[in-house]
Amino acid sequence: MKTLCDLPVGAHGIVRRLQGGRGFSARLAALGFTLGADVVIVKNYGRGPIIAAVRQTQVALGRGEARRIQVEASQGASGE
Amino acid sequence: MSEQNRTRITVALAGQPNVGKSTVFNMLTGLSQHVGNWPGKTIEQKTGEFSRNGLNIRLIDLPGTYSLTANSEEECVARDYILRQRPDAIIAIVNTAALERNLYLVAELLVLPIPVVIGLNMVDVAEQHGIHVEAHVLEAALGIPVVPLVASRNQGVGDLLDAVERLLDEPEAFTPNRPVIGEEHLPILEEIRSHLDGYLPSHYPDDWAALKLLEGDTEVTARVREALPEDEWTSTHDLLKQHEDAYLDIAGTRYEWIGRMVRAAVVRPKLGAVTLTERIDRVATHPVWGLALLLCIFAFVFWVTYTVATPIVEWLDVAVMQVVAEQVRLLLASAPVWLSGLVVDGLFAGAGTVLTFLPILVIFFAMLGMLEDVGYFARAAYVMDRFMHWMGLHGKSFMPLFLGFGCNVPAVMGARIMEDRRSQLSTILLTPLVPCTARMAVIIFLAPAFFGQAATFVSWGLIAFNLILLAILGILINRLVFRGEHTAFIMEIPLYHLPNARTIGLFVWQNTWAFIKKAGTLILIFSAVIWVLSALPGGDIEHSLLAGLGRRLEPVGRWMGLGDWRLMVSLLTSFVAKENTIATLGILFGVAEGSGSLAERVAAGLTPAGALAFLVVQMLFIPCVATVAAIRQETASWRWTAFSVSLSLVLSLLGGIGAFQIMRLIGY
Repeated sequence: MKTLCDLPVGAHGIVRRLQGGRGFSARLAALGFTLGADVVIVKNYGRGPIIAAVRQTQVALGRGEARRIQVEASQGASGE
Repeated sequence: MSEQNRTRITVALAGQPNVGKSTVFNMLTGLSQHVGNWPGKTIEQKTGEFSRNGLNIRLIDLPGTYSLTANSEEECVARDYILRQRPDAIIAIVNTAALERNLYLVAELLVLPIPVVIGLNMVDVAEQHGIHVEAHVLEAALGIPVVPLVASRNQGVGDLLDAVERLLDEPEAFTPNRPVIGEEHLPILEEIRSHLDGYLPSHYPDDWAALKLLEGDTEVTARVREALPEDEWTSTHDLLKQHEDAYLDIAGTRYEWIGRMVRAAVVRPKLGAVTLTERIDRVATHPVWGLALLLCIFAFVFWVTYTVATPIVEWLDVAVMQVVAEQVRLLLASAPVWLSGLVVDGLFAGAGTVLTFLPILVIFFAMLGMLEDVGYFARAAYVMDRFMHWMGLHGKSFMPLFLGFGCNVPAVMGARIMEDRRSQLSTILLTPLVPCTARMAVIIFLAPAFFGQAATFVSWGLIAFNLILLAILGILINRLVFRGEHTAFIMEIPLYHLPNARTIGLFVWQNTWAFIKKAGTLILIFSAVIWVLSALPGGDIEHSLLAGLGRRLEPVGRWMGLGDWRLMVSLLTSFVAKENTIATLGILFGVAEGSGSLAERVAAGLTPAGALAFLVVQMLFIPCVATVAAIRQETASWRWTAFSVSLSLVLSLLGGIGAFQIMRLIGY
C-alpha cells in the first residue's frame, strides 16, 4: 500500500491505515485523517514536509509523519 | 425568566487554533481581562469580567485545542475546567472556512453536560474563498444556537451573549443533536459503563468516561484505574484491550456525524477554481522560491524596523530622557548626593533603557504580527522545517526563535506553541543565541569605531556566527541531551486573509507587554544594584566593589585580549540588560581618556583582535536577567535555567578566546 509521501501533487488518496503510536494517530484522526477520509496532496517536492488537504483544511506534515499514513490512490472526491 | 434570578454567570470560550478565538475574547472583555497561568501549568489562562444588561459575566478563555482527548496538556486543562468548574455555558468558536474539522471539537463538547452556543467566525474570509454557510440550516441540524460572526470587525459578537442568555433563561429549549458512536461499539460502551457505575469521582460523567476509555485516553484511564476496585478494573481493562483500535472508529463516526450535520448548510466553490491562497503558495511554499521570499521578507522587516525606529529612539533619548533626568537632578539638588545618584544614574538609566527600546520592539512586533495575521508564518514554518529538522526541531519553532531577534523574553515565552516539552526546551535553550535588538544596538554603536570601513562586514559576520553556533548547538543538544527523539511536525496551514489592525495591535501589545513587565521591573532593580556596587564603598567608581570584581576577572580577560578591567565590568553589567554595556562603558571611560567619541575612546585601548573578541563575547554572553527570569518561568526548573546560563557563559568565553587567538595567529 502507498503512503501519503508517495502520491504526487493533485493526487487523491483514501486513508486506510495510520501507523505509529495511539497518541500520534489520535492527533491525526482529530485533524480529519480518519479511516476512509479523502486526502489531496497540495505540495510534495519529493523531500521535506508535504502539505495535504483533508476536510477542506490544509495540513503540513513532516515527511516522517506523512509516511505513517497509508492510503489507497483514488480518482478524486468521493461521496461529496 | 430563569428559576433563580441570575446575576452572575460563567461562560467558557472554546475553539480550535486559528479560529480567531482570542479576537472574540478581546472584543467581549476589552481591557478588563486578567492574564495568568492555569494552576500548576505553564499554559496561559485569560479571564475577563464584564457587565451586560445587568448581568455579570465571567468569561474564561480555554486553550485552543483540536479535540478533548488527552493528547496534550492544553486539552487536559480545557476539559478539566469544563468538568470540574462546570461553567454555565460554553461558546464554541469555529472557523467557517474549515467548518467540518472545527465541528470535531464541538462534537466532543456536546457530550458534556454543559449547554453550547456556536460562534461561526470568519464568515468574511470563507466568503472570499467561495465558501458559504447557512447559519440557520446548521442551527436546525445541530439543535443548538449558531451565530454568524466577523469578530475582527466586531460583528455579531454581542449576539453570542444574547444567545447564551436566551439559552440560560430556557434550559429546556436546549435539545442538541448529540453525536452517537457506531452501532458496533455501542454494546461495548454500555458494558464499560456498567463497570464504572458508582465508582467514579462525581465530576466525571459515566458516559463520557466510558467513551474516553474506549478512545484510549491516558489520563482518564489512569483516573479510572485508581477509582475502580481491582476486579472491575481487570474486566474493564480486558474489554479495552480487545477494542484497542476503537478510537479510530470513534473519530471516524464523529466525522460522519459532522458530514450529516453540515451537508445541507454548506455551499462550496466549484472544483478546479484556483484560489488566491493557491496562487500565493505556488511561490511561498516552494522549496527554493519560498526560501528566497522568506529571506526577502525578513530583510524587509529588519530594514523597516531600524529605518523607522532609529530616529524615534534618538528623539526619545535626547528630547525626553535627558531632559527629564536633568529636571529630576535639579529637583534633587538639595537631597544627599547618593540619592540623586541612585535615582538619576541608577533608576533613570535603567528606565531609559527600557523606554528607548520600545519603538524598535513595537515596530518589529507589528511587522511580525502582520505576517502572522495574514497567515504567512505557517508558510515560513513549512519552508524552514527541513532546516529545523537538523536540530531535532521542526518548522514550528521558527516563529518563537524569530521573535528573539526583537527580544529574547517573548521568544522564550513563545516557545509554548510547541506541543511537547522536549521541543519547547530545545527552543528555549537556543533562544539566547538569537541576537536581540539590544545586542545589535551595542554592535552598531561600537563596530564602526573598532573596525572602520569593515564594520558592516564584521557586524554581519557576528550575526552569522551566532546563527551558525545556534545550528551547531541545536544539533548537539538534539544528539546529546535529548538523544535524537523525534517530534512530529503536524501544522495547520490557514487560508490567507487580509490583516486586521486589532489583531495585530493585540499581538504587539502582548509581546511588548511581556518585555515591559519583565524588563521594566527587573532592569530597574538591577540597575539600582549595579549603581550601588559602583558607588560603594567610597563613591568613586575606580575603587568601587564593581571595579574590584572587574580587576579580579582581568586574568580571564587577558586570554581574550581584554586586559582592561573596565571592559570586563561592562560585559558583566550586560547581565542587567544587554545595552547596559554601552552605559557602563560611558561611565567608566567617561572621565579621563582624552578626546573623541565614547566608542573611539574604548577602541583606542584595544587591538583589532581584542575588539573582535569583545564583540563576540558581548553577542554570546549570558542572557539578560529578564530572559533568565523568563527561562525559569517557562521551564519551571532551576536546573534547566542554570544549564542555559552556564552554556552561554562557556560559549561566550570560548568564543572570545577563540576569536582573539585566531586573529592573533593571522597577524592582527
